Order: sequence, then structure tokens, then C-alpha cells
Amino acid sequence: MTTESTNIAIANQADDSLIPITIIQPSRGWIALKLGELWEYRELLYFLTWREVKVRYKQTALGAAWAIIQPLFTMLVFSLFFGRLAKVPSDGIPYPLFTLAGLIPWTFFANGLTQSSNSLVSSANLISKVYFPRLTIPLSAVLSGAVDFAISFVLLVGMMAFYHQAPSLRCVFLPLFFLLGFVSALGVGLWLSALNVEYRDVRYTVPFLTQFWLFATPIAYPSSMLHGIWRTIYGLNPMVGVVEGFRWALLGTNTAPGPVIAASSLASVMILIGGAFYFRRMEKTFADVV
Amino acid sequence: MSDIAIRVQNLGKQYHIGALQNNGGHYTYKSLRDSIANAASAPFRAARALVGQSGPRPSSQDNTIWALKDVSFDVKHGEIVGVIGRNGAGKSTLLKILSRITEPTTGRVEIRGRVGSLLEVGTGFHPELSGRDNVYLNGAILGMKRAEIARNFDAIVAFAEVERFIDTPVKHYSTGMYLRLAFAVAAHLETEVLIVDEVLAVGDFQFQSKCLKKMQDVSTNQGRTVIFVSHNMAAIRSLCNIGLLLDKGTTALYGQIQSVSDAYMSLGETHFDDEPLVIFPKAPDRCDVWIESASVLCNGTPGTRFEFGDRLGFKVNFKARGTIRRPIVGYLIRSSQGEDAVNANNYFLPSPDYEYPVTEGTIVCDLGELPLMAGNYLVSFWLCRNPEELHHVEDILHFTVEEKDIWGTGKLPPRSLSALWWPTGFTFLDREGV
Repeated sequence: MTTESTNIAIANQADDSLIPITIIQPSRGWIALKLGELWEYRELLYFLTWREVKVRYKQTALGAAWAIIQPLFTMLVFSLFFGRLAKVPSDGIPYPLFTLAGLIPWTFFANGLTQSSNSLVSSANLISKVYFPRLTIPLSAVLSGAVDFAISFVLLVGMMAFYHQAPSLRCVFLPLFFLLGFVSALGVGLWLSALNVEYRDVRYTVPFLTQFWLFATPIAYPSSMLHGIWRTIYGLNPMVGVVEGFRWALLGTNTAPGPVIAASSLASVMILIGGAFYFRRMEKTFADVV
Repeated sequence: MSDIAIRVQNLGKQYHIGALQNNGGHYTYKSLRDSIANAASAPFRAARALVGQSGPRPSSQDNTIWALKDVSFDVKHGEIVGVIGRNGAGKSTLLKILSRITEPTTGRVEIRGRVGSLLEVGTGFHPELSGRDNVYLNGAILGMKRAEIARNFDAIVAFAEVERFIDTPVKHYSTGMYLRLAFAVAAHLETEVLIVDEVLAVGDFQFQSKCLKKMQDVSTNQGRTVIFVSHNMAAIRSLCNIGLLLDKGTTALYGQIQSVSDAYMSLGETHFDDEPLVIFPKAPDRCDVWIESASVLCNGTPGTRFEFGDRLGFKVNFKARGTIRRPIVGYLIRSSQGEDAVNANNYFLPSPDYEYPVTEGTIVCDLGELPLMAGNYLVSFWLCRNPEELHHVEDILHFTVEEKDIWGTGKLPPRSLSALWWPTGFTFLDREGV
């Protein structure tokens, strides 16, 4: 046994540079994001996301239909009360289509918030037994909503066909707005999930938060109801940029949302960076507290 | 320096019992509502708490414990270290820090090589997913790349012996299959450093011996550095060459496994409880006859304190699925020095005249006046119908033989001599042999 261990030791010394050296010591203050490590664990991120998606669809009787039912019924209710009865303007597009185009990215954002806020606590057994960058957990929670998004997007395309609304050429920008929505969801999700580990009542505020946010976002009404500087300030709600951008790219609404989208992008990036650093700083307490 | 795989220096871990607040006598989780309310009355202190930088709190003295304090040791490449100590000594905390699950409060650790940790068997297993899916998932969670898992997939499934069931959801597996599969994944980790925590405490005897064999293969034949925590002293002794004894969070001893495990055994007699009876609530897998409870009898009644010359007996209650004619039972008395003092069973004895099938019963073992020297002893039992299905419970009962001046000379043989003192008559003959 001694001989074998010596051989291995020599082999390691030969290419010393290839042995990873880990230093473990107490950290102080704000901690580096270590995105490189996150990239190293990308396969785990894939598996965790895949697990979320697979399990979610295995357990529900409705399965993929649920991804469509949620935005569809909200759209029906909005169309009836806001579109028909209250006669809310809709930027020259049929109201149901107008509101659905906002609901699809919104549902992705709201579900991302709901899933990620409790993600750390529900993965307590993983956190207390295995090492991996904890950022993977809320990240996979938000990512798992992408499948639902893709399915509900089909509904949107169907709706467009129903209204004979051809997609505008600007729909190449759609992935960018999806990315903006993802960044927003992740940013807020990181704050919520980290806070929820320490303060367990945070997850109960999420339904209220999403409900409030729904009405603070121009889904049932257009942001063109605001003008000038007020509209730009309104754009500090990152979902304003996502929803208006979505409608602009897909349906060709002639609202020029430049400053609004800039404000939204700025807000969501700042929330994300703040959330990531806060998360990393609190990460060392997760295994002890969760 | 580069032949040292793990260097631990002055490691310390302090826990605040601060997630739970004392709300007038009972503990509750911290709530954001309370924290915001506190922030309104004391903004700066609460703001710092929110960002994780807790300042001096008035009642913090009784709310902190040092799970580890000033632990330092070096582990060379290829060494297999057994970490032993009582419950609460800090073994799991040490492993958690080495696995980077929690952060130390003080000190520094340097590890050369990739680290694979097995702190729990089946982490991340989801009952709805199939065995195949769970192997990939669990492997990814443990840090294996997908290519690595695919390469070892057949070996993993073969080790777990679940080839037929690999595509059924894990919720349909028996506990044994589940544990075997979970362990099989971890057993194929290809990291240079392996950290294993008490995973052998679960599962039946066959599972445990399979795991031990695999651990032996992994550590001795593949030359990896292993840190191993277990309460199973036999496993520790056979597997490890170095021992680390932790006592109340500090290093009590670090050295050759033999001396460290001896030190552990003699670390205060009172860490054994004085229960003469032990009950096993759950039957083991794949075993149709098992021990339901066992007790030690002193002069016919349950008791654990003996004097030299008392009658020692055991009572074993067994249960069977189906009927059994003649269960085979055996016991092993082991001294606190680790030596096997007495080992006997009824296999070799002639069958009694009557033998009727039963589904449960009691066996009483009468050892007579056993000449055991003063000390602590642990008893193991095994019970079976045939050699393949064995229920083995190791070191589960404890009894003490008290020191007593048997011969009235004020002198007793030292404990290291032997546990058994055979009553011998010494007669001196004169020159003629008379």
C-alpha cells in the first residue's frame, strides 16, 4: 500500500499545475461572484433545471396545459373587464392580443419569482450535504420557467394567427427582451431567495408582490398613457421594458420605447448585480441557517 | 510540502443559536416583519444584521457554541484517516468545513486535489425520477461530469445490482435497493480526496459489508486520501491507518489508528448508557428472521453491572416472517481494548429433542459464572436461519464488570493482560513431585 501511494504522489508532483488547490478560510465582507466556478458547474445547472421541469410535468394532471391555462384565463378576464367594459386603449392592436403579449413574458417573470424565492429552503437537503455554487439553485428555478414560456409562446402565435396579425420584422429582437425578462426575474429572485433563508416569512410576501407588480406593469393597459419623463421613470420597473419591448418587437406597436427600455435595462441589471453580491455575501450562512 | 494532501491549521467553528429568537420564552424563526420593526427603533444595528454582519448582541454569550476550536493536523497523500469521537465532538462539523458546505470561523485549510464528499447517501434523489435519471442527477450533484457518469454507468448499476429496475421510478425501490444505488454512485467518484461521513450507519449487514469492501478497495488499492467518520470501530480499524480523535471540538489525539482507537474506547466509561435492554423497531431487508430485542442478564435479571463471579446471561427475542424451526444464534463479547473475549453460538450443538416451527420466540443464553476481569464490555449478536440471511447487530449492549478485591490481596491483574481470567489452581509440588 505504501508503494502505491508513493507512486500516486509522484505522478501528482509531475504535473503539479494540474492539481487544484482549495483554500478554505473565513471570508469577510463582500465576496467575489466567482462566475467561473458557476460555469464549471454548468452541467449541474442543467440537471437541476431538467429535474425541476421533469418533476413538474410528471406530477400535474394537466401537464403542459397549465402553462397555457394561466395566461389564457387571465387574458379572458382582462379582455372582458378592461378591454370591453372599461374600454382601455390598446395601442391599435386588438385588446386580447395586446394583453396576452404582455402576459406571456409576465407569467415567466412571476413564476420565476415564486419558484426562486423558496428554492433555497426547499433544497435544504442539498445545501447542507453537498458543495456547489449556491447561485445554481435560484438560477435553475428561474430557468425551469423557460419551458413553460416556450409552450405559452405557442399560444401567443396561435392568437396572432387568429387575429391575422403578422409578426413584425422586429421580432428578431424578441430574444433580447426575453433575456431582459430573465435578468429581471433572476435579479429579484436572488434577493428573495437569500432573504427567505434568514427570514422565513419572505415567501409569503411573494404572492402579494407579484399581484401588485402585475398591476404596476402595463399588461392590461398601455404605458403610452403616460408621457415624457413620467414614462421613462415608469420604465424603472424592469417589467415595463420587457412587456412593451415584447409588444414592440412582435406586434409592431408604434410606441417608441427607447428611453423606457433603457431605464428598464438599467434597473434590472442593477437589481441583478446587487442581488448577486448580496446572495454571495449571505451564502456562507445558508448551510447553517437553512 | 507537496506530499501533504490536506493541511488544517487552527480551525474553529462557532455557531450562533441566532436563527431562532427568544420571543418571551419560546423560539421562533426570524421574521422580516420583526426585523423591520426593530430597524425602525434601532436603524444601524438592524441594518448591519440584515447584511450579515452581526454586531455585539446583548445576550450573545449564551447563544454561541464552539463546535470546533483550534483543530490542526496534516494528512499526507494516500493516508486514510479515521475521525472518531463521541456524538457532538465536532466530527460532522469538521467534515462539513472540509467539504466547503459551511465556512470556518477561524483557521485555514489547504487541500491539494479535487474533493468528493459523501455526507449522505442519495442526496438529491427524487422519488418520481427513474433510477437512471437519479444516477445522472446524483452524480452531477456530487460533482461528476456527465461523461464521467456515462463511462461508469454500467459499473454503478452492476454494483447496486438493480439492472432490472434501473428505469422504474425510485419511489418503487425497496430501501435496500435505494441505498445500494445511492452508494454505488458515490463509490465511483474519481476525486483524489474523499470525505465520507457515517454513511455506513444505514442499511443492513450485507449492505454495510459491501460498502466496507468497496471503501477498502477505493482507499488501499487506488491510493486516494480518505477521511472517514464512523462509529463502527471495527470498520475504522480495518480501513484506516491514521486516526484523529476529537473531544468536545478539539483534537485529543492524532496518530496511528490503533492508539487513537484505544484512547477513544477508554475515553470515560460513562459515555455508554446503562440500559440492559435494546430494541430494534425495524426489521432489516432481505432477512426473514431477525432480532427484535436483546438484553443482558445479571444473575437472571436485566442488569449491566457485574461483579467477578456473577452469572452472565443474554435474552434474545426474535421474530420471523413465516415459520422457523431452529434459529441459529450467536454472540460476541468484546472488551473495551477491542479484543474479542468470548465468541459462541449454537450452530455446532446438537438439535434439541423437540423442534416445532414458530414465528417468534425468545432464546436465553446462560453463560454461567464468566470469569471476566474488571472493565467495560460490548456485546454483539447475530441470528440467522441459513448463512445467507443474517441479522447482525454489532456492539449494541454494554455491561461493566466492577473492580473487586476477589482474592483479598489488594492486587488485581492489569486490564491489558486479558479480559478473561481463567480460574486456575496453582499448586507447588516439592522436589519429589508429591
